[in-house]
Amino acid sequence: MQVSEVGKAMERFGERYLRRLFTDAELSYCLENTAVAPSRLAARFAAKEAALKVLRLTDQSFSWRAIEVARNPGGWCYLVLHGPMRFLAEQAGFVAFSLSMSHEGAYAQAVVVGQRRKTHADPTPKPTVTS
Amino acid sequence: MISEIRQILKEHGRLASDATTLADDADLYQAGMTSHASVNVMLALEAQFDVEFPDAMLKRGVFSSISTIREALETLTQGR
Repeated sequence: MQVSEVGKAMERFGERYLRRLFTDAELSYCLENTAVAPSRLAARFAAKEAALKVLRLTDQSFSWRAIEVARNPGGWCYLVLHGPMRFLAEQAGFVAFSLSMSHEGAYAQAVVVGQRRKTHADPTPKPTVTS
Repeated sequence: MISEIRQILKEHGRLASDATTLADDADLYQAGMTSHASVNVMLALEAQFDVEFPDAMLKRGVFSSISTIREALETLTQGR
């Protein structure tokens, strides 16, 4: 994720952009230091997008704010799903998520790993063997 | 409406293809639009057409082509 894209969107759309994507708690933390705000927000957007990909939503509606990056006092970040997003994750068998985010210079990135119980509806695909 | 959508896609969609010549049903994500760019497109559409996309309409399919965006906007501006 290019940090500059977040900075440009903040300039173009201001509060509307921030409020559509981020929760109050996310904004409170990210905006406390204006110098790194775009980097922190970009990392969080990358985390939300990674979570969406893990959840494999096809055409369900969703709110970006329903995927929140929370932060514990030690500085570690984790995902919190709210409302329908939490329901969708539970329905798909997800029991936990691991999150890693980083940002440096022009880029921010995030990796989300979902831990899922096996469901009958979506069995784990068998590995493909090639010779 | 279509020409305004195309102009917004040109300005905010970060498409690899020319938004002014893209087919109405061409897949915008395949044309290079990222999730973040789709948010910019949505916010620009809201400003241009004085509407607000409710959460129920925030799905990948709504922003997948010029045609689907037009359908969504027609729904939002219905009755004006």
